Amino acid sequence: MTVKEIHRGLIKKEFSALELCKVYLAKIKKEDKKINAFLNVSEELALSQAKEVDTLISQKRKIPFLAGVPCAVKDNILIEGASCTAGSKILENYIASYDATVIKKLKREKAVILGKTNLDEFALGSSTENSAFGPTKNPHDLTRVPGGSSGGSAAAVAADLSVFSLGSDTGGSIREPAAFCGVVGLKPTYGAVSRYGLIAFASSLDQIGPITKTVEDAKIVFDTIKGKDKLDSTSVETPEFKNLKFKIKNFKIGLPKEYFNKKLDDPQMEEIIEKAIKKYQDLGAKIVQISLPHTEYALETYYIIAPSEISANLARFDGIKYGFSGAGKSLLDVYLASRGEGFGPEPKRRIMLGTYALSAGYYEAYYLKAQKVRALVSKDFEKAFKKVDVMLSPVSPFLPFKMGERTKNPLAMYLVDIYTNSANLVGLPALSLPVGKVGKLPVGLQIIGKHFEEEKILEIGKLFEEDKSFSSASAAI
Amino acid sequence: MISKQEIQHIAKLARLGLTEKEVKKYQKELSSILDYVGKLKEIDSEISEFAFAKHLLEAENIMREDEMRFGDASVDGAEKLLELAPQTKNGYLKVKSILNPIRSPSQKKFR
Repeated sequence: MTVKEIHRGLIKKEFSALELCKVYLAKIKKEDKKINAFLNVSEELALSQAKEVDTLISQKRKIPFLAGVPCAVKDNILIEGASCTAGSKILENYIASYDATVIKKLKREKAVILGKTNLDEFALGSSTENSAFGPTKNPHDLTRVPGGSSGGSAAAVAADLSVFSLGSDTGGSIREPAAFCGVVGLKPTYGAVSRYGLIAFASSLDQIGPITKTVEDAKIVFDTIKGKDKLDSTSVETPEFKNLKFKIKNFKIGLPKEYFNKKLDDPQMEEIIEKAIKKYQDLGAKIVQISLPHTEYALETYYIIAPSEISANLARFDGIKYGFSGAGKSLLDVYLASRGEGFGPEPKRRIMLGTYALSAGYYEAYYLKAQKVRALVSKDFEKAFKKVDVMLSPVSPFLPFKMGERTKNPLAMYLVDIYTNSANLVGLPALSLPVGKVGKLPVGLQIIGKHFEEEKILEIGKLFEEDKSFSSASAAI
Repeated sequence: MISKQEIQHIAKLARLGLTEKEVKKYQKELSSILDYVGKLKEIDSEISEFAFAKHLLEAENIMREDEMRFGDASVDGAEKLLELAPQTKNGYLKVKSILNPIRSPSQKKFR
């Protein structure tokens, strides 16, 4: 069921919020053992939230759109009183002491929070195989990855263990798992959604966003969580949705040639992407070839900036104020043991990369240089967006791959994000839209928009969704 | 190839306790990643300086009043936070000595 359908059903009294909540909790109990989307199920919280909604309905009070809708939250977003592990042993027993701003908003809208979902440790990864608590499986093929780092969030929606999820995206971590799981994922414009209460990975790249079954649901959830927040000085007020009748005729859609010059992993996948693009053409859009010349440097830029920022953001996990504390006689020993034993290999790898790139003697050659190239990547998009309204590309060059296929060589995993991390570097909004399947394996199309033009990219996505029988492209198992 | 000493130096800066096996592993992995990201050196410095400078000029600083927030910053807020700490005493976080510190064997190793 979608958010809209649930809202209608609750108002019409076709079912109660409590009944709906119990159905989802039962499904999780039955199905999640084989998928491992959830790290933690908050049964008591969910049931009490559902009962509250039913009380409002029985009092004939108007209920918000998200009221009574069961959702899941990526386990790097803080919910007061609930465990928050970030997928890491170093926070295995950590209980959050406050609500993230997005959670405060979900609670205000009376959404029903089912639990916390699995992720790559500290959101570092593209497959959810870096979780200290076991990987999540792709509901479409349990031998394959659901993508990452928001793998649990995407798998939960794909397997209908939650109606929507919140994920976070720093280099593709909402869009890629959404594409791999055949669901919709939106990375908002940097600053559109408050990061207060999100365990920080890269502060200049992170954004929280919705993972949903339909574009319409993504719009509703985004509308709820967006907004300027005093507690996140990088957040800004986004324009209200105008809800104009969207016209596709002569709408200019750009295809960055650097995103299409390499063959995709699978020829059938290429066909599906081409068909999706052709559909927009048939609907009246103008396809324009554009160039983003610094694309080939974007991945390197990302893999200097992101590890640098995370090496700073993970410095707080030192066994002193919270989290796992290692044994040691001296202060240095406590630090070494806490971090040496508490962090998994990917955090360690990235912390060291970042420390190196920021250290004396290397700072100019790596970090400073990367920030300069970032400005060039940004300029590429600025120039191209003078000619087009949105851009399309595949979300990933690869179909969902088998577990263990990319874990031996870190670079092999980093290449999965080649089409997604530019949007983070430049702060642009981007949508991942399910557009077909190769056998059982979903394929996602990426729609990139100008800053704060989420409404436009959502409308483009909606066109695709409305045009064909959506169930053939979507996930619902 | 980045040297073993450099890996140990970085690990110490980052306060990461690594085993011998880990040092070897990360030495290999970091070398290949650094080779890959080193491609950025190819880009012309002058052009990128200009783009970067313009970008910096456009950035503005956001400030707010330094005022106490209730709830999070209240007394029971502080108590809640202290509950999370591994060791406390009389409302303080308890840590190893900083002045006249105990010399750790690991410090000798890194010297």
